[in-house]
Amino acid sequence: MLTSRFLTSSALVLGLTGGAMAQDTSILVQSTTSTANSGLYDHLLPLFTEKTGIQVNVVAVGTGQAIQNAQNCDADVLLVHAKPAEEKFVAEGYGTQRTDLMYNDFVVVGPEADPAGVTGMTDAEAALAKIAEAGALFASRGDDSGTHKKELALWQAAGVDPATGSGDWYRETGSGMGATLNAGIGMGGYVLTDRATWISFDNKQDYTIAVEGDTDMFNQYGVIPVNPEKCPEVKIEAAQDFADWLVSAEGQAAIADYTIDGQQLFFPNAPQS
Amino acid sequence: MSELTAFRTQAKAASPALSPLLPLEVRGLRLGFGGAPVLDGLDLRLGASGCTMVMGPNGAGKSLLLKLLHGLMAPDAGSLSWNGSPPGQATVRQALVFQKPVLLRRSVIANMDFVVRARGVDPARRDHLLQEVGLAHKARQPARQLSGGEAQRLALARALLTDPEVLLLDEPTASLDPASVLVIERIVAAARDRGTRIIFVTHDIGQARRMADDVVFLHRGRVAEHSRASAFFPTPSSAAARDYLNGKIVV
Amino acid sequence: MHTFTEAFSLALALILTGGSDLYQIVGLSLQVSLGATLVACALGLPLGALVAIARFRGRNLLLIVMNALMGLPPVVVGLLVYLQLSRSGPLGFLGLLYTPTAMVIAQTILITPIIAALSRQVLEDLHGEYAEQFRSLCLRPAQVMGALLWDGRHALLTVGLAGFGRAVAEVGAVMIVGGNIDHLTRVMTTAIALETSKGDLPLALALGLVLLGLALVINGAVQALRPAAQRPVHV
Repeated sequence: MLTSRFLTSSALVLGLTGGAMAQDTSILVQSTTSTANSGLYDHLLPLFTEKTGIQVNVVAVGTGQAIQNAQNCDADVLLVHAKPAEEKFVAEGYGTQRTDLMYNDFVVVGPEADPAGVTGMTDAEAALAKIAEAGALFASRGDDSGTHKKELALWQAAGVDPATGSGDWYRETGSGMGATLNAGIGMGGYVLTDRATWISFDNKQDYTIAVEGDTDMFNQYGVIPVNPEKCPEVKIEAAQDFADWLVSAEGQAAIADYTIDGQQLFFPNAPQS
Repeated sequence: MSELTAFRTQAKAASPALSPLLPLEVRGLRLGFGGAPVLDGLDLRLGASGCTMVMGPNGAGKSLLLKLLHGLMAPDAGSLSWNGSPPGQATVRQALVFQKPVLLRRSVIANMDFVVRARGVDPARRDHLLQEVGLAHKARQPARQLSGGEAQRLALARALLTDPEVLLLDEPTASLDPASVLVIERIVAAARDRGTRIIFVTHDIGQARRMADDVVFLHRGRVAEHSRASAFFPTPSSAAARDYLNGKIVV
Repeated sequence: MHTFTEAFSLALALILTGGSDLYQIVGLSLQVSLGATLVACALGLPLGALVAIARFRGRNLLLIVMNALMGLPPVVVGLLVYLQLSRSGPLGFLGLLYTPTAMVIAQTILITPIIAALSRQVLEDLHGEYAEQFRSLCLRPAQVMGALLWDGRHALLTVGLAGFGRAVAEVGAVMIVGGNIDHLTRVMTTAIALETSKGDLPLALALGLVLLGLALVINGAVQALRPAAQRPVHV
């Protein structure tokens, strides 16, 4: 009762009835933060909207929360970077199908002082083991995001259980990539980040990329339309249009075109039919 | 003034079923707050008309008696009857003017209009009363910026809006200058002349002499004396009233 | 810390050169938080007035609850509203999630307890002064509440501003139910959070200064509307 009164009165106050989401020509994308924070959408979406007339609204949260929101049917399209979780999402019937979209890679960034002496290494597992051994500070997302899942996989491969150092040298911020970078840089610790976020990040201070180039740090993004059988309100046609455009030659070229300071942030790798 | 009488006639005609509030019968009224009772078995009978001045030293229970008569408080023991009606039912046919006027944070006329609306009073009556208390020219001023005398005149005008059958006044002129005191007294006397029953608490012996038809003298929570004014002032029958009138402190 | 000077000049430049994006974000912040404040006042002021004059069993418990709810964490409110408005939630059919209306709902829930609890205190103090006179006038409770609300209007304006301040400054609730969608649900605080996460601290701080300036302008405007003749003179 109370809630419906809230609804009625707030709708009256604002003259809003359903808002822009009610428009047929808009879809909602639950997305990982890196694609939004790096400015990729600002580059891509106007092209798509101009071509199709479909407005794309992006909610940028961690991959874990994005998948959760999509499972609650609060999305038409899911665009994240945690392949096993994405495949589980599709297998459980929440998504119609998953398509590889693009990739970049993860890097470990660290301070100029380089307390663990890892700068220049190309073996991620060895570098992480060295950081743990030195007890050098490491700031983790700790938020079940795609980056966090990747980081945990790397620790496991390195044979280190970072949980034993939790609160000591291993600091879990429980927040987004940008917030974790701010925190890690603030405390002088190492941080695992995707390259796109790092390139577009403005508060680098004396930080540089310490570890890069390991194939294990490959970062694959996928796109999944949400399944209308699970979520009847999904605008499946528009969602499919968006997913199709992203993996089309035109969409892939647009992704490749996006650069910051001459550096390409994402590398399209959708299977071309 | 004749127009006000006309309003009264209308009001009375509108409610023919109501029997008059007077006489008032009070028997064995008792009220205390933990320690010694303030009212200690008070008996009182008031007749149909006139102005009764209630006097007595501080702490005698005068203000408390007014609130009990008005139905704002309930006694610990004893009975109180307005011609058969309990005080709670009589409140709406009475008005009480407090020693400190309680005015709303609005203009003079809005203070009147509040009661006009809340109690369904003819708005014309408001204008006559503002004229009568001499505040018509200040109708748009914030009530809280009136002088003490003006504020009390406004409170009195507001009290008279509902044409109460009984007007209770609790030391309304206690902190006013002599000119304001006389204005208040004139308005109260006019109300009495129109038939409103007046029950008026005062410490001012001169005021009591000017206004009283009869005097109730309270002492130690009881009525020490209830006399016609013509008898009370020259020959008080109680020792307490005699001491009080002579300026001796009575406790 | 040259960030501060950079932020100040950036804030100035933002306001002067503006750009429709900034104005849109500022406009939505105002629309959402003022809307929530109005709805919260419509609900909270009568509730505050009622609790101020009513005496009933469990009143003290209600007061404790009302006062405690003033500390409701915005992110919890956001989560509760999200669960209701999510397409899989009971009110999902309304299609309100990720709309400004959802943000108004969340902020309304957040600040209604503030409006109710603070107005209750203000009106109870006022009622202490008026109660006997009102009983003498045989007013109905609704008339008493109306009179208190009107006569307390200047103090209640400050209560409303406190609610608005809380609403316009919170980020946790609108982030969750609004989604910080560009050109749709992005408001000042979520924009600040976004720029912070991008590491653009001067821009984040500059937006914060704009928000602060906005609060100053609104409070100044309310102050200017308040007539000078509202000082208690006689008691």
